[in-house]
Amino acid sequence: MSADNLVEIKDLDFAYDDRPILKGISMEIPRGKVVAIMGGSGCGKTTLLRLIGGQLKPSRGEVLVDGLSVPHLGNDELYALRRRMGMLFQFGALFTDISVFDNVAYQMREHTDLPEELIRDMVLLKLNAVGLRGAHQLMPAELSGGMARRVALARAIALDPMLIMYDEPFAGLDPISLGVIGQLIRKLNDALGATTIMVTHDIQESLLIVDFIYFMSDGKIVALGTPDQIRASKDPFVHQFVFAEADGPVPFHYPAVPIAEELLGRGADEQA
Amino acid sequence: MSKPSSGQHVLLSIVARLGHQVNDALQRLGFATRFFIMLLACSGQSFRRLNLTIREIYFSGFQSLLIIMVSGLFIGMVLGMQGYETLQRYGSADALGVLVALSLVRELGPVVAALLFASRAGSSITAEIGLMKATEQLTAMDMMAVNPIARVVAPRFWGGVISMPLLAALFSATGVFGGYLIGVVFIGVDEGAFWSQMQASVDFRYDVWSGIVKSFVFGVAVSLIAVFEGYDAVPTAEGVSSSIKGTVVKSALAILALDFVLTSFMFRET
Repeated sequence: MSADNLVEIKDLDFAYDDRPILKGISMEIPRGKVVAIMGGSGCGKTTLLRLIGGQLKPSRGEVLVDGLSVPHLGNDELYALRRRMGMLFQFGALFTDISVFDNVAYQMREHTDLPEELIRDMVLLKLNAVGLRGAHQLMPAELSGGMARRVALARAIALDPMLIMYDEPFAGLDPISLGVIGQLIRKLNDALGATTIMVTHDIQESLLIVDFIYFMSDGKIVALGTPDQIRASKDPFVHQFVFAEADGPVPFHYPAVPIAEELLGRGADEQA
Repeated sequence: MSKPSSGQHVLLSIVARLGHQVNDALQRLGFATRFFIMLLACSGQSFRRLNLTIREIYFSGFQSLLIIMVSGLFIGMVLGMQGYETLQRYGSADALGVLVALSLVRELGPVVAALLFASRAGSSITAEIGLMKATEQLTAMDMMAVNPIARVVAPRFWGGVISMPLLAALFSATGVFGGYLIGVVFIGVDEGAFWSQMQASVDFRYDVWSGIVKSFVFGVAVSLIAVFEGYDAVPTAEGVSSSIKGTVVKSALAILALDFVLTSFMFRET
């Protein structure tokens, strides 16, 4: 493994029961970079994040994070590695029974013996970084979608992780919140000296902030490149994605028999 | 081999479905067993942080007090009336205290308290864990290197196990008071006979102890069903609602079946 890459994935296969999700994925995530993994819904992006986090085990292939083979780690080693990872879930996954402050303090209290005064200062600093220091006493139910995502972001970076993973950070956000979250992802990565993997299907926002993009479709990587290369790409899949065209290599229709056959066939059955 | 007829087809599909169901049930049982072993393995970790378990004792035990004590009082009062009516036919109304106390301590206390506990606390434990799963809170915890079984499941399980015998004891105590209220205060059974016969006939090591054992076993069963149903819930609104229903129904059946088994072991012919 190259020392320049924090995450390396080699020839990775994954299947739920008999249904293949990932087929021979290989990718490299260099240290310090913000990398987006893009693709339509259901193409296996989130599964890939879970494989990197060690929540799923691949059927074949290798996942290396900071030189450690994630699928082969024991429980304690995996937990030790996860302490150096932060993950933002699609809908925040904040603990609903505790306040914003306690959510961000959660990992500090669980994993460190720091005195409460120090934890308080650290939590307020993290919340300040996402602009929500003033909301530290609120409960998660009192937050808007965008605010909840920012709190979850503060929680994900609570222990200054080396790797931050985002699962659809832009889903369901208004344009202002979307821009705010995009900028935060970039700034936090650079300020913490971390590495970021972002799974998303929001191409326009991603092109503004990421260093590199992998495109996935049907469990495979179909295109890759820097934002400039992606914008200039002639690849039909990338073109469809960047310009949000309804039909192309990603079909509009779910596989089905031709409509004429279905309608006329059914009519013929009813007449018979 | 000849092609199967449509009758054979139907039979085959019934057998296949039955096979699937048995297979699923066995797999779930296996998962439940592994879950229980994991829970026990993680219990030490959660006991070291006793405040987590104490918090759950508060939520499932203390907050169930009202329904347990009110129900106990009413059941005791009903026992007082029914018992008096039957006993006075044989001229033994003085034995009312014994009847009320034995019915409650040996049988009604543990069983009814456990049924109430399953519907009041068990269902809310299942709902809480199921919703935490549906909103990815358990996954988030696991990704933060915090074991959700040690942090969320084990304290709730032990909170239930510890609360159950205490609730059953309080249920019986308020029930005896209810019987006293009706029998002695309203009907006028002799107070001295009521208490002294009870004192003479209720054996601590046999009667009270068997009630404590029962309520402890019910506590383990209800708490395990509640945490497992929540942890194993399908992470959707419908899935969580079906798990809550599962907790109430399975707990009730488990309590009644275990009660029969335990009573048969404790039964003495004298």
